[in-house]
Amino acid sequence: MNAAVAGKEASLGEAVADEPTAANSVTLGILVPGLPHPLLCPEKNEGWQRVRDGFATAREQIAASGADLLVVYSTMWPSILGHQFQANPTPEWTHVDDDFHYLGSIPYKFRIDAKFAELAVTKAKARGLHARTVAYHGFPIDTGTVVALKLLNPDNELPATIVSSNIYANRTETTVLGKALRDAVEEQGRTVAAVVVSTLSNRLVTEPMEPADDHIHSLKDDEWNRKFLEYLEKGRLEDLSQLSRQFHDEARVPKVVAFKPFWWWAAFMGQANLYSGTVHAYEPIWGTGSAVVSLEPAGESTGDLEYDEDDPEFYSGDREVLDLHDAPSMGSLPGGNED
Amino acid sequence: MAKGEIVMGALAPHPPHLVYAENPSQNEPVSEGGWEELRWGYERLRKSLADKEFDVIIIHTPHWQTYVGTHFLGVPHFKNLSVDPIFPNLFRYNYDLTVDVELSRSIHDHAAKTGLHVQMMENPDFRIDYGTITSCHLVRPDWDLPIVCISSNRSRNYFSVEVMQANMVKLGQATREAIEASGKRALLLSSNSLSHRHFTEEPEVPEDMSQEHITNHHQYLWDMKMIELMCSGKTREMIDIMPDFTEQTVAETDAGSLTWLMSALDFPEYQGEIHAYGTVIGTGNAIIGWDPASA
Ligand SMILES: [Fe+2]
Repeated sequence: MNAAVAGKEASLGEAVADEPTAANSVTLGILVPGLPHPLLCPEKNEGWQRVRDGFATAREQIAASGADLLVVYSTMWPSILGHQFQANPTPEWTHVDDDFHYLGSIPYKFRIDAKFAELAVTKAKARGLHARTVAYHGFPIDTGTVVALKLLNPDNELPATIVSSNIYANRTETTVLGKALRDAVEEQGRTVAAVVVSTLSNRLVTEPMEPADDHIHSLKDDEWNRKFLEYLEKGRLEDLSQLSRQFHDEARVPKVVAFKPFWWWAAFMGQANLYSGTVHAYEPIWGTGSAVVSLEPAGESTGDLEYDEDDPEFYSGDREVLDLHDAPSMGSLPGGNED
Repeated sequence: MAKGEIVMGALAPHPPHLVYAENPSQNEPVSEGGWEELRWGYERLRKSLADKEFDVIIIHTPHWQTYVGTHFLGVPHFKNLSVDPIFPNLFRYNYDLTVDVELSRSIHDHAAKTGLHVQMMENPDFRIDYGTITSCHLVRPDWDLPIVCISSNRSRNYFSVEVMQANMVKLGQATREAIEASGKRALLLSSNSLSHRHFTEEPEVPEDMSQEHITNHHQYLWDMKMIELMCSGKTREMIDIMPDFTEQTVAETDAGSLTWLMSALDFPEYQGEIHAYGTVIGTGNAIIGWDPASA
């Protein structure tokens, strides 16, 4: 490890965990899809209704979990300038989806924990990330977050924090983001439900379709989704995190550089396979693999961990190929500058 | 009825920074200026339009992204606040605009006949994307003409730049046919940047021009190549290398706007007039006008 990195890590103090553990402060993880159909027209397709019912079960689990905060990571909120955290205490708007506008408008008013968002930004910066809060009337909260909060937290029982997904971020940045959020949770002594808004396979049916004809876009997408769900049921979250690149290649339309939510989720919940998972629903929504899944910390791991990827604690910015000598284990290039 | 026509087509990129820098009354944040080269370029584009009479502005926008077909605004009036999701500190714009629904529907119908999946957007609560607002504001700040706004179908994500271009060529032809049938005179805008790799950090003062430059030289060289082709009437060649350009510079041409424009103009062999090239938070932006009268 070079001196600069060592210094940065030391400055994180207790925020840097020694060993991966399932963090008790994050007592529940929920995966939900972000498409508007379960909210706006569940009656049009039995599968959409089952997803809606899955949301209802997840809502009951949140209530039983003792959580006092929802932290939402939405793959449908892209950012460019690092990561953004919603910090308007009471965002209120009438949302309309870009594609599915004909399903109707979604009026909302949410309860946001702005103080937590500010602390999360501080913690993200302490780990080298670029981050900021956004608190503007009319800020466009994405369809996925709106659907998740309307169905999981309809009466604003719990305050929420929403964090964006950076389009350029890759594994290191996203993993460090999850850890930074855990730092904030631990500092405030919060009990949290971690909500990930993401489909599994994301390929939509790109043609007009009757709701009754909905289907997973391809058998291959379906098979990969089911493989992912098998891991989820066994609580193998960290294993899934490490399979993210593969899943991105096999079952995702590449709209962004990588499939990030499981990196974030695992880092935030504790980088372990120590969970028990329940699949509440898995259905096609306009061709995508849409699942509602919950993960609760369990006593013992159901799968052996196989770590073959770096476990970053700090984000040092974009690196070019020839910057490899800045990586802790690479040493200096001959004649390279040590600055 | 006289045959309708395209009075000009323009590449009119939409970095919200340019509206922020102009400090119009509709935008809430206040700036000290910035990005003058591009703003002066828009001024030159406006001057080149001063002696043209036209009835409608038709814009193809990368920031209304649709996956199920191409969508068209189908409500006559929209008034609301647009907040940029990426740069909300710079762009919170109160818009009040009208839509030429008749022409919008006619382009929709012509496109449907070519086999494209199309849909009218008829929800009055729909919020207009910031790309449309930025490009239209910079081209016609008075907002005294109706617009037609066409979404960006993301076939590039699902298939390839080639498939996207094939669809956009059809959409461009359908647009031209609908304009001609309408008897109207139209200004067409392709609302996109060229190379599109952003910096991921913003200077403390966003308009601090000492911080502004292209993200990398490679993008600059590609941008210059594309501009050279556009300004020398080699637009078919430009479309031919678009897949490489788009891949190599993560260009915003992936939205299809520029391909749609070139097709609507029937791939001009006359020169495009460049009004400006400049960067915004590292991305490459050109303002170029094609005047069919100069053909
Ligand atoms: Fe853009």
